[in-house]
Amino acid sequence: MNRLPGWLVGLLVAAPIVGLLVFYVWPFGNLIATAVDGESVRTVFGRSRTWSIVWFTTWQAVVSTALTLVVGLAPAWVIARFDFAGRRLLLGLLTAVFVLPTVVMGAAFLALLPESLDRTVWAVIGAHVVFNLAVVVRTVGTVWEHLPPDMEHAAATLGASPPIVFREITLPLIRPAATAAAAIVFLFTFTSFGVIRVLGAAGTRTIEVEVWRRATQLGQVDQAAVLALLQLAILGALAVWSSISARRSSRALQLRPLSGPQHPRTRNQRLLVAGVAGATAVVAITPMIALVVKSISTPSGWNFTAWTDLGSAEVRPGISLGLDPIDALRNSLETAAWTTLFATVIGAVAALGIAAARRGGKLLDAGLLLPIGTSAVTIGFGMLITFDTTPYDWRSTWWIVPVGHALIAVPFVVRATLGVLRAIDPQLSYAALTLGASPARAWREVVLPHLWRPLAVGAALAAAISLGEFGATSFLSRSGGETLPIAIEQLLGRTGSLLQTKGYALATILAAATIGLVMLVDRTGALVGGRSGARSDPENRTSRSERAGR
Amino acid sequence: MPGAEVELAGIRVAFDENVVLDDVDLRVAGSEVIALLGPSGSGKSTLLRVIAGIVAPDGGTVTIDGVDMTATPTHRRGVGMVFQDNQLFPHRSTLDNVAFGLKMSGVGRTERHERAATWLTRVGLEGFGSRRVTELSGGEAKRVALARTMIAEPSVVLLDEPLTGLDRDLHDQLVDELAELLHGSDATAIIVTHDVAEATAIADRTVLLDDLQPHGTARR
Repeated sequence: MNRLPGWLVGLLVAAPIVGLLVFYVWPFGNLIATAVDGESVRTVFGRSRTWSIVWFTTWQAVVSTALTLVVGLAPAWVIARFDFAGRRLLLGLLTAVFVLPTVVMGAAFLALLPESLDRTVWAVIGAHVVFNLAVVVRTVGTVWEHLPPDMEHAAATLGASPPIVFREITLPLIRPAATAAAAIVFLFTFTSFGVIRVLGAAGTRTIEVEVWRRATQLGQVDQAAVLALLQLAILGALAVWSSISARRSSRALQLRPLSGPQHPRTRNQRLLVAGVAGATAVVAITPMIALVVKSISTPSGWNFTAWTDLGSAEVRPGISLGLDPIDALRNSLETAAWTTLFATVIGAVAALGIAAARRGGKLLDAGLLLPIGTSAVTIGFGMLITFDTTPYDWRSTWWIVPVGHALIAVPFVVRATLGVLRAIDPQLSYAALTLGASPARAWREVVLPHLWRPLAVGAALAAAISLGEFGATSFLSRSGGETLPIAIEQLLGRTGSLLQTKGYALATILAAATIGLVMLVDRTGALVGGRSGARSDPENRTSRSERAGR
Repeated sequence: MPGAEVELAGIRVAFDENVVLDDVDLRVAGSEVIALLGPSGSGKSTLLRVIAGIVAPDGGTVTIDGVDMTATPTHRRGVGMVFQDNQLFPHRSTLDNVAFGLKMSGVGRTERHERAATWLTRVGLEGFGSRRVTELSGGEAKRVALARTMIAEPSVVLLDEPLTGLDRDLHDQLVDELAELLHGSDATAIIVTHDVAEATAIADRTVLLDDLQPHGTARR
C-alpha cells in the first residue's frame, strides 16, 4: 500500500474528509451554534418538563439495563459453559433479534402484548430487554467462556457454596465485561427513539423523542438543539466514567479456556440447560411470531388481506391513506441502493487512504467513527437545520436521506475493508514489482482481488443499516418519500385494524430483509476471514452495525 | 484435623461415549499419603475430581470416613485440592488467596490474615502477601496454591500433578518441601503424577490406576 504516489494518497484521504466536513462537522457545528443562545438554554433548563423527561429517560434506561443484565446472565452462562444441540442457533436467534430495526422491535411488542400493556413504559422496557439480550450474552459470555471452571471448583474445595462462588469468584471476574455490556445497553436505551415512538404512550418521551418533537412538531428548533446537546453531554460524561472504570477494573487476569463448552452430564445440568435455553428462545422468538400472526389476524378472522392489499392506498373507496406501503417499500429499496453505493465507494476510498496514509490515516479513521458515536436523531436534526438555505437547501433532494444513512454506514465499510487491507503481506507487492509489474499493476494483481469480499460485507451492512434507519430519516424524509420504518410507525399509530395489519406486514418484510442481509454478512464475513487471514470478526461487525439502526 | 479414610467402590465415569473410569475401587487409610500413577489421559485427574465432587460419577460410591459422600456437594466434603495450574484467584492478593478457605469457614479478618501470613512464611514466601498472584513465578504460585489448600486443614488433600511444568531444580526442591508438608500434616493425601521418582519420594504407597480397574484401562 505504501507504494501509492503521494498525490493519489492525498486524493483518497481528501474525498472522505470533505464528505465528513460537509455532512457531519458542519451540521454538528450548526447545531451547537443554534443551541448557544442564552434564552433557549434558560427556557429549556427552566422548564420542569425538561427535567421530568431527563428523569424518565434515565430511569427507564437504568431499569432496562439492569433487567437486561439479570435476564442475560443465565443464557450467557449456559452458552459459555455448555455445548448442546441448538447452541449456535440460539446465539444466532439472539443476534437476529439484536439487529432488527427498532421500529420492527416496537411493532413486534405491540403485536405481542395485550392492549392493557401496550403503549406503557413496561412494554418499552420489555422490548429494550429482549432487544439487547445479545449484548449481554455475547459480551459477558465471551469472558465467561475464558474463565476456567476449575477456578470456581478451587473455591468450592475451599468451602464456598455455589452462590458464594458466584459472588466471590465469578462475579468479580466477569464484572468488567458486565460493566461494558451495561454501558452499551444503557447507551442504546438512553437514546431509544424507534421503540418509544411505536410503543410509548403519547406523553412517554425520552430526550431523543423530545428533540424530534420540538424540532419537527413544534418548530422549536433552538430548544431541540439545547436538548440534543444536553443528551450529548450526559452521554459524554457516561463515556468518560465508563472508560475510567474499565481501566480501573482491567487487570491481567490471564484467563484462558480450559476445555471449551462441555456437554451437560448430569440430569440437573441437562434440565438447567434445557430450561434456560428454551426460555431464552421463547423470549426471543415470540415477538417475531406475534408480528407475523398479527399481519394475518383481522376482526373478520385469519386472512391475507393486509398482504394482498399492501399496494392499495385507499382506506375506503375514495378515501386515501396518504401513505402508500408499496411506495414506502420502493423508497426504502431505492434509498438502500443509493446508501450502499455511496457508503461502499466512500468507504473503500477511505479505507485505501487510511491504509496508505499511516499517521494521517488514523485521524481520518477516528473521524469517520464520530457519526456512530452520535445519535442518529442528532445527525438528522443537524442536517435538517443546516441544509435549509440556498444554495444549500438540499432538504428536498433525493440524495439527502441516502447521504445521511451513508454517514452512519461508512465506518462499517471501512472497518470491514481495512482489516483485510492490513492483513495483506506487503512482501507480495514487492514480489510483483520485482517480477516486472508496474506499481498500478502490482496493486491490481495483489491487493484488489482481496477487496471484493470485505466490500460485499460492507455493502450488505450498509443496506441493512439503511433499511432499518429511523432516527435520521424521521428528520430528513419528506411526505411521499417515506421509508419502511417511517411507514410502519405511521400505520401502527393510526386507528383501523387494516392499517395496523398492514403495518405488521411491512414490519415482517423489514425484519426478514434485515435478518437475511445480516446472515449474508456473517457467511461472507467468515469467508473473508478464512481466505485472506485478516482478523475479521463477523459477529463483532454484526453487533456494531446494530448501533446504527437505533 | 486428622486424616479421613477414603474409599471408592465401583466408580464409573463416561464423557459422552468415552468411558474414562470403569469400576474403580480404591481404599486410602486415614493420614496415608498415596501416589496415583498412570499415563496421560488415563483418568487419574478425573478420579480426583470424583473424590472432590467436581465430577459426578455415573456409577459407584465415594465414602469419606464411613460417610457416603457421592451426592454431597464439593463445598461440604472437607476435601482440599491443589490444581495442576494452581487456579489462584487473579482478582485477589496473594494473602487473600491463602486466606480464602478461612474466610469461608467464618474466621475473622485479622485472624485469617495472621494465619495466612504465617503460612506464606512457612512456604518460603514471607512478605509476599500484597503481591498480585498474576505476578508470581511458577514456583511461587505453586507454593501459594499449596498454602491456600493446607491452611484450611482439610481431612483429605488431593494434588493433581502439582509439580508438572516446573524446571528441574525447582521441581526437586518442591518434591522435598511437599513431602515434608504432607507428612507433617495429619491429612490423607492423594497425589496424581506420571513421574515414578516423584511418586516414591513423596508417597507412602504408589498405586497404578490400571490396577484399580478389573476390566483393564478404560480409554478416552
